[in-house]
Amino acid sequence: MGSEALEQPRYVCAIGAQQTVLAIPRAIPIVHAGPGCSSKISGALGDQAGLQGAGYAGGSAVPSTNFSESEVVFGGEQKLRSTIDGTLKVMDGDLFVILTGCTSDIVGDDVTSIAAEYRQSGFPVVNAETGGFKGNNYLGHELVMLAIIEQFLGNGQESPVDPGLVNVFSVIPCQDAFWRGDLRTIKMLLERLGLRANILFGYDSAGLGEWRNIPSARFNLVLSPWVGLETARTLETRYGTPFLHWPALPVGAVETSRFLRAIGDFAQIDPRIVKSVIDDEEEIFYGYLGSAADFLTEARNGLPLLFHAVADSAYALALGRFLVNEMGFSPGLICATENPPESERCQVSVQFEDLAGDFGPVVFENDGGLIQDRLDQALDTERGALILASSWEKDLAARHDGHLLRVSLPIYDRLIMGHSYLGYEGGLRFLEDIYNLVLGKSA
Amino acid sequence: MVIDLNAPEAIIREHRLGSVLSYRGPASELCRLSRTGGLSCHDNTFNQCGDCSAQRAMLPISQIRDGAMVNHAPIGCAGDFSLFNSQFRRGLGYRGLPANNLRALSTNLTESDMVYGGADKLARTIRLANQRFSPAAIFITTSCASGIIGDDVEQVSQEAEAELGVPIVPVYCEGFKSRIWTTGFDACYHSILRKLVKPPKVKRRNLINIMGFTNEPAFTPFLAKLGLEANYLVHQSSVEELGRMSEAAASAHMCETLGTYLARGLEQEFGVPEVPSPPPYGLDWSDRWLRAVGQITDRSDLAEKVIIEERRRIGPKLEEIRKELSGLSVYAVAGASFGHSMLAICQDLGLKVLGMTGFHHDLRFDNDYEETNSLNNAVDLIGDMPHYHVCNKQPYQLVNILGQLKPDLLMGRHEGLPVAGVKMGIPTFFASDANLMIGYDGLVYTGRMIIRVLRSRNFARNLARHSRPPYTDWWLTQDPFMFRRSGDGF
Repeated sequence: MGSEALEQPRYVCAIGAQQTVLAIPRAIPIVHAGPGCSSKISGALGDQAGLQGAGYAGGSAVPSTNFSESEVVFGGEQKLRSTIDGTLKVMDGDLFVILTGCTSDIVGDDVTSIAAEYRQSGFPVVNAETGGFKGNNYLGHELVMLAIIEQFLGNGQESPVDPGLVNVFSVIPCQDAFWRGDLRTIKMLLERLGLRANILFGYDSAGLGEWRNIPSARFNLVLSPWVGLETARTLETRYGTPFLHWPALPVGAVETSRFLRAIGDFAQIDPRIVKSVIDDEEEIFYGYLGSAADFLTEARNGLPLLFHAVADSAYALALGRFLVNEMGFSPGLICATENPPESERCQVSVQFEDLAGDFGPVVFENDGGLIQDRLDQALDTERGALILASSWEKDLAARHDGHLLRVSLPIYDRLIMGHSYLGYEGGLRFLEDIYNLVLGKSA
Repeated sequence: MVIDLNAPEAIIREHRLGSVLSYRGPASELCRLSRTGGLSCHDNTFNQCGDCSAQRAMLPISQIRDGAMVNHAPIGCAGDFSLFNSQFRRGLGYRGLPANNLRALSTNLTESDMVYGGADKLARTIRLANQRFSPAAIFITTSCASGIIGDDVEQVSQEAEAELGVPIVPVYCEGFKSRIWTTGFDACYHSILRKLVKPPKVKRRNLINIMGFTNEPAFTPFLAKLGLEANYLVHQSSVEELGRMSEAAASAHMCETLGTYLARGLEQEFGVPEVPSPPPYGLDWSDRWLRAVGQITDRSDLAEKVIIEERRRIGPKLEEIRKELSGLSVYAVAGASFGHSMLAICQDLGLKVLGMTGFHHDLRFDNDYEETNSLNNAVDLIGDMPHYHVCNKQPYQLVNILGQLKPDLLMGRHEGLPVAGVKMGIPTFFASDANLMIGYDGLVYTGRMIIRVLRSRNFARNLARHSRPPYTDWWLTQDPFMFRRSGDGF
């Protein structure tokens, strides 16, 4: 399942982890792969992900061995060495992550030994085997995190536990087009409870310093349906750090307050502090929601109350829970697109149980052709539904007078910078975006 | 050079055109070395990412409006399907057709396919494409992975064609096979020439083939001045239209780097002449293009009239633009020949051309026309350029070149490079639509867009104050070509 032909892809291959590397401030990927691999990834996960662009060292700036015929025949190790040497001189970075592609993984270059040699010489170089045939970029993201932890961090014995520090393993940079705003929101929420978050990626991360501190954290937070679990389990084994798995990214007051209480319980934070934060935030959130209630009451007959989601499990779950539990929407088709490993599917399905609507439980489907068939049928039941999906769904949405909010990849017709639907404010922003879609179509 | 359509694959550019990836020096010297030899194709010992043939082949193939594309590759190679889709939808609009999603599948090769081979999966995917899209032809694009494991794509195609009764067109574009990514254009055109183009049943004397991208249909009004029609290839063409491109009176293109393989093939196989002129960018080359088209289509007198009328019509507008731009220095970065065309425009706008970076250099073109040797043409028009560079993208080299030359304006095409100029505070024009820049109106259009860029230079100025290049301080003071391999002939 999930390994047959695909139409309308919504993710890339494991080497998409290039964007995971680039999301760490001053980390630089070295792509040991075909000449087009890096730029295809930059397109799919940069431009086609809310027009995110190249950032500091991404896009055309990514060092690459640009595998050619002679490396296929004679091996690419020599070219990799000269590329690493050049990178260390030219590129201004703190960490260098070699990512192998199909070509180098098939011809069998010993990249692990080469990376180790550079580390022994004092250079911060690690490697991950991200050949495209090995899996998708959800896997690749985790492989890069594990590579840095296993090859770069010590055994943790010299790191006393810092009781206020939590490592966050959550959304995948760029695959979540809203990742920058999302991670900033998560960090700020944790800080409201008095914790300090190693957010690890994005403008709010301190970069490699944070990664070095991973062994010191009091606990690890896996805020995602399944991505990051492997990393948290590894850290538990390696450093004895406990982890909290909270599958749903919190959107709106109901879910965010639940999330904060769960964090408070796990981190044994004074319940009065947690309550005070929640009370303050809910006061504001429901102030705004109450002020929109006039509109929501009087315009209700013309507003969508059924939604369909075609997104990865993280976003389908997060946005779905908010719409159902906070806003009283009915779930329609819920389609998780990222082809999770078989071993995780059962527990991911359980997370969606309260979102099961007329179309049954969550569907795992990664082929756009089949997704469109299902969505077409679902949209036939009621016109004017809300559709949380990608740019691929434009025509279907239009055909059924649906309201398409592009939240999942690819998104090539929406600029996303710091926008986030997470947290209290994010929930309000999500509502603004939904209803502005509807209002924007008025005469 | 003769194109062998019995061969399944196009010969890569390194071998066919003697293409090179690295050069620094006067443009005139590169012209001379292109004639005499002494250059070979090397990249640097340190490189940033290039592009690959598959990207260049899959873009036009995916745009064929009633075809279907099967990319025989792991899923990452389909990473640009959504980019192709946005172009496809826009392009259908240019033809007055409703938007539709791309018709493309990936075989989604995984680890077990690497071990057991992917031929069966390819056959299944071809059937699926046929069932889903009922296409007029199915194109198969190959990948590094399918190439290395050695799937027999030719055989699978022949069997599928027999089974389905639909033309199955293999396009061999493995990324590792050529260092010159524009080889991918040739791979696309080779497959179309080999499998789809038919001998002409009629000759359409008013029809001119235009090889280009998904751009505004600006050749239509331009050719209409001569009473001619444009046949845009291959983006958004139908398979049937591709089959009939042999009926046209002549072939032209918006870029020699892009179009000469197909033009040569049509001339060689079907006697459709290639327009012996640079593409119509700037006054002089527009004149030459109209004259050449006029001569082929028996409209020389009309062409002369159009030239006089057009020059007269835009004259005052051009004077206004020149007043604002005169004397400002410009540097260009683009795929080779289109860069030369941008420089031709710059010359007419009164800008002072410092030089350019081309992403590669073809020592020769597929046809035998001296008239389409774009670098020679540029040197003839502008004079020698002392700062001519060939770099396979490589923004680390570009920033040092720009740091030394300090142009007032950067002109660019190809995503991901020109923004380096903006971050250095250099106002930067991006040639997003090559067709809008053609002819006399295109010259005025480009001038006006450049003025807009210059007037909004606060954006670049502010951004530069807050941008750090991803390069070490050491690098920023080095020779941009210090990582070149020896034996490059310069």
